[in-house]
Amino acid sequence: MKLVHGGGGRLSRQLIDEVFLPVLGNRYLNTLDDSARLELSGSKLAFTTDSFVVDPIFFPGGDIGRLAVCGTVNDLSVVGAKPLYLSIGLIIEEGFPMEQLKRIVESIKKTADEADVLVVTGDTKVVERGNADGIFINTSGIGILRDKVEISGSNAMIGDRIIVNGPLGNHGMAIVTSRQNLGFKSQIHSDVAPLNHLTEKMLETTDRIHAMRDATRGGVVTVLNEIAQSSNVGIELDEQEIPVSEDVRGACEILGFDPLYMANEGVLVAFVHSDDAESLVKEMKKLKYGKKSKIIGRVVETSQGRVTLRTKIGSRRILDMLSGEQLPRIC
Amino acid sequence: MCLAVPMKLIKIEGEKGLVEVGGVQREVGLQLIEDVKAGDYLIVHAGFAIQKLDEKDALETLALFREMENL
Amino acid sequence: MKYIDEFRQTEVAKRLAQKIHQLAAGKKMAFMEVCGTHTMTIARNGIREMLPESITLISGPGCPVCVTPNRFVDTAIALSRQQDVIITTFGDMIKVPGSTSSLEAERASGGNIQIVGSTLEALDLAGIHPEKKVVFLGIGFETTAPTVAASILEARRLALQNYHVLCAHKTMPPAMDVLSRGEVHIDGYLCPGHVSTIIGSDAYFPIVDKYRIGCVIGGFEPLDVLQSILLLVQQVRSGSPAVENEYSRAVRPEGNRKARGILSEVFDSCDSEWRGIGVIPESGLKICESYQQWDALVQIPVQVEQTREHRLCRCGEVLRGKIRPLECSLFGAGCTPDTPIGACMVSTEGTCAAYYKYQAYQKN
Repeated sequence: MKLVHGGGGRLSRQLIDEVFLPVLGNRYLNTLDDSARLELSGSKLAFTTDSFVVDPIFFPGGDIGRLAVCGTVNDLSVVGAKPLYLSIGLIIEEGFPMEQLKRIVESIKKTADEADVLVVTGDTKVVERGNADGIFINTSGIGILRDKVEISGSNAMIGDRIIVNGPLGNHGMAIVTSRQNLGFKSQIHSDVAPLNHLTEKMLETTDRIHAMRDATRGGVVTVLNEIAQSSNVGIELDEQEIPVSEDVRGACEILGFDPLYMANEGVLVAFVHSDDAESLVKEMKKLKYGKKSKIIGRVVETSQGRVTLRTKIGSRRILDMLSGEQLPRIC
Repeated sequence: MCLAVPMKLIKIEGEKGLVEVGGVQREVGLQLIEDVKAGDYLIVHAGFAIQKLDEKDALETLALFREMENL
Repeated sequence: MKYIDEFRQTEVAKRLAQKIHQLAAGKKMAFMEVCGTHTMTIARNGIREMLPESITLISGPGCPVCVTPNRFVDTAIALSRQQDVIITTFGDMIKVPGSTSSLEAERASGGNIQIVGSTLEALDLAGIHPEKKVVFLGIGFETTAPTVAASILEARRLALQNYHVLCAHKTMPPAMDVLSRGEVHIDGYLCPGHVSTIIGSDAYFPIVDKYRIGCVIGGFEPLDVLQSILLLVQQVRSGSPAVENEYSRAVRPEGNRKARGILSEVFDSCDSEWRGIGVIPESGLKICESYQQWDALVQIPVQVEQTREHRLCRCGEVLRGKIRPLECSLFGAGCTPDTPIGACMVSTEGTCAAYYKYQAYQKN
């Protein structure tokens, strides 16, 4: 296994296709959506799981506890479910400061309250020094699927507009600039946030949201490629319209990174019928985590399975899945 | 092989300088240049300033683009 | 962002492209760029698509990763396998295939290999770990070499005994001289802007005088590249090859004297092997005797495996502009961006990687 297998890009996908699906595949798992949609005694539920191994554990704008709650809440939200209950599994390294554990638990509580979800079950294991990088957290979550909602990565339709709820790359850059000793003095803050209140509002506004995903590792481009392939459509983005904050742009220029490929933890991508796009953005802007929402592109008939970018200077470029992590380079 | 960015010099501390682009600040080495002061724009590569950006020239180049279009 | 955004304006770009179309008037021209960062800008901004079909932009050997021979990677790997060595490197090198492994693979097997953005970080590491030998992989051309030279001077100032450099720096003008000898027809060079910041625009006069091939020094924003191409087209149409400096805001005729002084203080020039081209006399840099203390090759005894190149790899011909990636039998058949066999496939916008992406696109 290489580090890059967990990176969310092409090799992660390959791992799923070659190792997991052939053995474990079934009609629920195969959709590869952010959550599984299940039916249980007449109730439609969404169920998801996620593990958090972030380093550093405390970063500008958040910590592993907040991340753990948001990651799972968001995976449920983007399939159209109302998140209700979470489980938290902790794997802690021997010697981990109790003081830090308490901080993390406080953060979990605070974030769960913000998202209106309850932690209903948990587990703790302690491993020998050297075996866990401080602390690892696994979260699973259950939510109730909203009625008449058919949101899936394979439902994107030609003409759909693509919306993001805010600027890209903040989480990834917050981690890079605080973790590696690259001499950065500025604080870029992670965008980690629970998006369920936002998605609830979005689903009240329109029932023509066809696809929606949480854009995490691998960035917005990875998620868009996955949808383009699942739905067998082409996607065209407009570079001028893509929101990136000044400081993230600056840091990207220095390191040679592309914000489109950077990790987010509070960004969703929604595919909505063109007629409803403007009004949806208007409603999203009224909410805390939707203030900077923008239409960044559309679904097209040509170049199926591909994501292209119309550049600022009017030419076009293909946005491929990353084949590895972005690394600070000189060239 | 030349990823480098114009960054504004905020402060000089001996052989090190604090530079900024887009609000992001970074510490860089000033060993490779001389005669710079706060407010200058520097070309930064691999953690070092390698040249001072000539602002007059920058504006002239931009003006030249416009001239070229009209030739 | 100041001095960045203004060089990316849409309308100006479109008009520059129109002007190029007008001036070129269907005449066939081939320009070579010799800088990996130019390759990136051109690919990222779709510049080829904006040019007339009669103009070919050739990506030459300007990517430090692509021209570094297998042996350098093998040596770095051998060093990384020593318990008391920490390898520090720019991210560019991590995936480059050596004879049997790569730094990425070694890291996965537990090798202490750290990616840094600057030699200053490597120096810090050496200070924090006096019990380890910190080896910095010195790759890159005249833009980067002075920063490495400065780090050696800094190591001397701080009396750091455990900082070393594995030097593989190369210099551009000698390579351009070899490329100009006619194997591939070149009507003009888009010269590397940041290398030129150090060596100065005057450094290109010998190429123009000897080979009558124009040299335009270009910056790295899309408008810089388009403007530079326009200048090259003008030179071809008027039959007057010359040295022209589009990147005057950063490049002076005499370059950066202080940086060059530091370079010659720490390094001597030497013959150097360029992957796919062979040995070019006086095209490399080596640490001179007075600074031997910080030379990894002198200070750290190491056994390096027998160097092996894949016999079907044609990276060299791609780098010289002689063939297109599609003509290499390994292209897409074993050599892909995820599983690179040759260095040309490693850089995300390198000639082979870029072709791979666009070829797959065309198939659709």
